[in-house]
Amino acid sequence: MADKNKEVILSLRDIKTYFPIHSGVFKQLSGHVKAVDGINLDIYKGETLGLVGESGCGKTTLGKSILKLVNATDGEIIYKNEEGETELRGLKEKDMVPFRKKLQIIFQDPHSSLNPAFTIFGSLEDPLKKYGVKDRSERRKIIGDLLESVNLRREYMDRYPHEFSGGQRQRIGIARALSIEPEVIICDEAVSALDVSIQAQVLKLLKKLKEDRNLTYVFITHDLSVVEYISDRIAVMYLGKIVELSDSDKLYEKKLHPYTQALLSAIPVADLDRKSKRIILEGDVPSPVNPPAGCSFHPRCPQCQEICRREEPQLMNYGKGDEQHLAACHFVNKIEN
Amino acid sequence: MKDDTIIEVKNLKTFFYTNQRCNKAINGVSFKIQKGKTLCIVGESGCGKSVTAASIMGLLPRLSRIEEGEINYYSKNHGHLRIDQLEQNGPTMRSIRGGEVAMIFQDPMTALNPVYTVGSQISENLKYHTKLKRDKIKLKTIDLLSNMGIPIPEQRAKEYPHQFSGGMRQRAMIGMAMSCNPQVLIADEPTTALDVTIQAQIFELMDTLKKDHDTAILLITHDMGVVTELADDVAVMYMGNIVESGTIVDVLRSPAHPYTKALLKSIPILGKGKSQELEPIKGSTPDPYDRPKGCQFHPRCEFTTDKCREVPVDEKISDTHSVMCWHYKEVLKNG
Repeated sequence: MADKNKEVILSLRDIKTYFPIHSGVFKQLSGHVKAVDGINLDIYKGETLGLVGESGCGKTTLGKSILKLVNATDGEIIYKNEEGETELRGLKEKDMVPFRKKLQIIFQDPHSSLNPAFTIFGSLEDPLKKYGVKDRSERRKIIGDLLESVNLRREYMDRYPHEFSGGQRQRIGIARALSIEPEVIICDEAVSALDVSIQAQVLKLLKKLKEDRNLTYVFITHDLSVVEYISDRIAVMYLGKIVELSDSDKLYEKKLHPYTQALLSAIPVADLDRKSKRIILEGDVPSPVNPPAGCSFHPRCPQCQEICRREEPQLMNYGKGDEQHLAACHFVNKIEN
Repeated sequence: MKDDTIIEVKNLKTFFYTNQRCNKAINGVSFKIQKGKTLCIVGESGCGKSVTAASIMGLLPRLSRIEEGEINYYSKNHGHLRIDQLEQNGPTMRSIRGGEVAMIFQDPMTALNPVYTVGSQISENLKYHTKLKRDKIKLKTIDLLSNMGIPIPEQRAKEYPHQFSGGMRQRAMIGMAMSCNPQVLIADEPTTALDVTIQAQIFELMDTLKKDHDTAILLITHDMGVVTELADDVAVMYMGNIVESGTIVDVLRSPAHPYTKALLKSIPILGKGKSQELEPIKGSTPDPYDRPKGCQFHPRCEFTTDKCREVPVDEKISDTHSVMCWHYKEVLKNG
């Protein structure tokens, strides 16, 4: 998937999203939560990019920064299509409108992301109205088709959210994201709140829709088994930075960063033949207000050396040939799997 | 074998009554928890796994009632007890709960009291269940926290739950549960709210406790991966019934119930990559107030025949492995 001739659709350049902390009587600025701290990433057209990491690592903030639901403090978000390149971060809300049509999001919690006072039709018709479908009967037709494409019945559009189960609601969320035919969909923990048997249904649906409509997904999740199943490439995040990026098929076999190794080994796998030794990390994820100096993973890293405390490792390519396999660690070549 | 059984649940039925409707949350569940073994109850949300735990702990809400069945508890100090017949807040139940049978809850933030220090909440348990003097209790509390791998326990004991991280709160709760060396530890989704690296730490801890103190553990989870890592025995629940139970090898190697089999096929397995085929279970779990007749799984099952409209009986496949399905032989053959 790391073909050089693949078309880049979204390009993130050194994205930083900091949230200010105000404290004291006068609410003086006393620091920043560095939720996303310098991310460079190319997202190719038609791929699924998995973004994994533990809670608080900035994966959701990054997703929201791309959509400008949270304003990034620094960096560039470049969106490319036939009409050329556009930098999104500097755009005014008004100028952003045409790009909102291209970029959509599916939220984590299907129970809170639908307005309980609106029927499904009411929730789904607003984006269509905004983007030019003026005729009500046509909107009804489009929404009916959408519901059918996510395996729900056409008649359901006149029902209210409480009449649906979690899995059905999540499919309505997917239908809503699809309604204005976007190119990129950010799935923020889209299956995490669902039961396993329902999760598989939604995952399969997402995969099918991607093929039918040539979508690009940014799939944010904490569940590595899911991300490995759905993604073409996986980026592992830790404390606001990408520590490893690789093809999803390769990542499991060859994990370069010690954090990825520990993360993968910590996941309980439902396979009796593969009870591997867990690498137990000590302590918790440090606070993103004061990330440790040098490599941000060093206080928990089993292979920590002097240099890790001083210097921050850069994300470099260790893939052979054309292959892309990025990792940010001083000792990539010395760590054996 | 009999001697090792600590809790034996027989044909337990717990029903909930709301708005003049009855939800048969648990509808005839039987299992045994044995000393030094981990029994995992696995199932999707709403299948009655947490209600099972609450029934054993005597923590059922007012709206619910144990209608039928027995919960036998073979106590070290009290001998044979019938938990289902004890008064929920009577003296015997109170002396067992927290002392001999302890529980870890899912969400450590809501299970700990925010206005008391962590240390005082742990020592409360010791004060009630042991005859230790005050200074001994203090030492023991600090000792417990340090055993749970919490750094600077002397200081941490004086802190409030909000000053702890999620993983540390959960460890403090395990510390509290382990304070009186319980015979049975009931863990209701202990790591669902935690990250995987923290989850691994907690599991390591529970494993050592099991080995050191010979504690019987009842682990409730929805994650098949967790079951594979931790369980000795597994019970799969669906809509208030244990549909299949057996040792971990029995259930994972040769699943005999269509639900277990479908469940195992519907989860992506790490390391198998994009090419693996997921087979989702069709439909969704039925409304608990409007249950299907007979086998609860039959509307979603691929082996359904007319016979499935009758409630299946518990069939023994081997000494350890049993299943509630009319067609288990076919399921086994096709596995």
